[in-house]
Amino acid sequence: MNDKRQTLNNLLVPILSVLMGFLIGAIIMLVFNFNPIEGYSAMFKGAFGTPFYIGETLRQTAPLIMTALGFALANIAGFFNIGVAGQALLGWTGSVWFAISFPSLPSPILLPLSILAGVLAGALWAGIAGFLRAFFGVSEVIVTIMLNHTSLYTVNYLIRNVMTDSNDSTPRIPEAASLRMEWLTDLTNNSTLHAGIFISLIMAFLVWVLIKKTTTGYEIRAVGLNPMASKYAGMSTKRTIIVSMLLSGALAGLGGAMEGLGNFQNVFVQGAVPTLGFDGLAVALLGLSNPIGIIFAALLFGALKIGGSSMPLAVGVPSEVVDIVIAFIIFFVGANYVIRFFLERNKKKTAGPIEKHDSDKASGTPESLSGTEKADKKEDKE
Amino acid sequence: MNVTAVLQNVIASALIYSAPLILTALGGTFSERSGIVNVGLEGIMVMGAFSSVVFNLAMADTFGSLTPWIGMLVGGAIGFVFSFFHAVATVHWRADHIISGTVINLMAPALAVFLTNIIYGARQTDFIKARFGFFTFPVLSDIPFIGPILFTNTSLPAFVGIGIAILCWFLLFKTKFGLRLRSVGEHPQAADTLGINVYLMKYAGVLLSGFLGGMGGAIQAQAIASNFSASTIAGQGFISMAAMIFGKWNPLGAMGAAIFFGFAQSLAVTGNYIPVIQDIPSVWLQVAPYIITILALVFVIGKSRGPAANGKTYIKSK
Repeated sequence: MNDKRQTLNNLLVPILSVLMGFLIGAIIMLVFNFNPIEGYSAMFKGAFGTPFYIGETLRQTAPLIMTALGFALANIAGFFNIGVAGQALLGWTGSVWFAISFPSLPSPILLPLSILAGVLAGALWAGIAGFLRAFFGVSEVIVTIMLNHTSLYTVNYLIRNVMTDSNDSTPRIPEAASLRMEWLTDLTNNSTLHAGIFISLIMAFLVWVLIKKTTTGYEIRAVGLNPMASKYAGMSTKRTIIVSMLLSGALAGLGGAMEGLGNFQNVFVQGAVPTLGFDGLAVALLGLSNPIGIIFAALLFGALKIGGSSMPLAVGVPSEVVDIVIAFIIFFVGANYVIRFFLERNKKKTAGPIEKHDSDKASGTPESLSGTEKADKKEDKE
Repeated sequence: MNVTAVLQNVIASALIYSAPLILTALGGTFSERSGIVNVGLEGIMVMGAFSSVVFNLAMADTFGSLTPWIGMLVGGAIGFVFSFFHAVATVHWRADHIISGTVINLMAPALAVFLTNIIYGARQTDFIKARFGFFTFPVLSDIPFIGPILFTNTSLPAFVGIGIAILCWFLLFKTKFGLRLRSVGEHPQAADTLGINVYLMKYAGVLLSGFLGGMGGAIQAQAIASNFSASTIAGQGFISMAAMIFGKWNPLGAMGAAIFFGFAQSLAVTGNYIPVIQDIPSVWLQVAPYIITILALVFVIGKSRGPAANGKTYIKSK
């Protein structure tokens, strides 16, 4: 029963974080004289209102699932791969570069190879951090932050000087390398939805299998929980570190490839590493590094992002309010100690008489529910 | 151009670009010395830049040429307030330091651009009227050779930053406060046993970093960018963090590294005038600070790292 309560609490933390994030977004809108109900309903319509918007939301969701899976995999192994943004950018660039370099190849060869180029680019870029961590003990956080900036300037240079003749964007990729599918485009009224969403769902399943059902996954989890013990048990921690970083970067690179081959169909000079990376990080944190959680969290953030862009035109609310909501959601997930603290405290207060029927399986629910109510009240006071 | 003019140009622009980095790197040093990792420096700089530009646009007529300096303090004050989030989250709410810092980095640009939208109805502000501009030191500039190169038409904020760095070094290594701050970052349990208020020290470290980082952002906005948009602060917070690590968590080291990184950044702009450097593709100069930091971590600093308890949440036992 304790396990059940634990899972319930684990689920409550992200749900409460989302609610509190929205609540703060509403307060901000109120403070600046916007109607939060109008704002949020404009957002909802902009995310799910028509087949076109649903298509856009799903298109946004697909690469978010990938970058989040990438971050989560490294996180399970105990690494904070803040470099998914740079790895995604390299994956994006790698896939487009391959596609425009071999335009005459037939689609069944060109598309998989272009995706593979992106995957490899992301994997190798993350592998640098894994290698340095494994053999030199250098913090992967600093290295991946530095690599993010390096990738940005390198890619911008490559676009201007190598891939094109001082243009700010590459030509469109050949039709044969596109992830777009006619029936998806037709179904969603000419949205940019592409096959990436199916790839993402399959990858989420594969990552789940990898983590839960394979030896490599077991080693990754073991090293994440206790590197010393894993080493003592005969696992190669160095190998596991590098493998998990390579896989993490590969997943991020695949997410980037979806932007290149599906969404934008080219790569262009940018002022910052794609927000895809940090949003993916946020998705993974909200999804508690669990592939199923990540799918739902990515859908939520995809809807927020796409719906948010409808807010300025519909009701005049700047779309940045969505980013503020996202930041607060992650803030509460990160500071979940506070939420847990209130949940636990309320449990102790209300649990007195129920505690005696510890074997009663149903008791977990009412207790936790009362906990939620209390937490909600606390929220209102704030 | 003669040699003196080239040197003057190179040094002055290096100093202009290093000023924001110096202050922010000093901020990072205080935070990490107290044991709180602050990857949110970038976001703090964004808030400092935004608030200083708002102040500058509104008050330039009232304060005239003093405006950027007061704007710098305003930026510092807002950075101070903003870093309070990070302090509460990491010290009392036991949040992961990197997650909290990342939240600050996500939040700051969103909030600042949101407010810019509300105030000015656009995604960026107008250009400010009162900038930091160039400064010529009265007496020092008359020194032969050194005067024209170092003290003519140069960046006063950078010299102020160097002064603050020396002050910070003194504060950190020669005062009781500094000793306590460092002890909290090295071994909070031991510090607590000796009666030092660990939480207070951690708050002090983070809030100081917010103040200095906010000033750094304000200088970036008022000396280099001249307005505020989402791209006013583009990686300077992270470079400052790198400078702090490169300088081994020592204010003077951080300052030196910040000047070096400022020099590297300015080369991407001024490099076109300098004989050998103009042949190097600018991308190498742009990525140099980051690559050098990684190499320094691998070969110079290695496993001997900063404060021992850095990044760990300290939970006071009952």
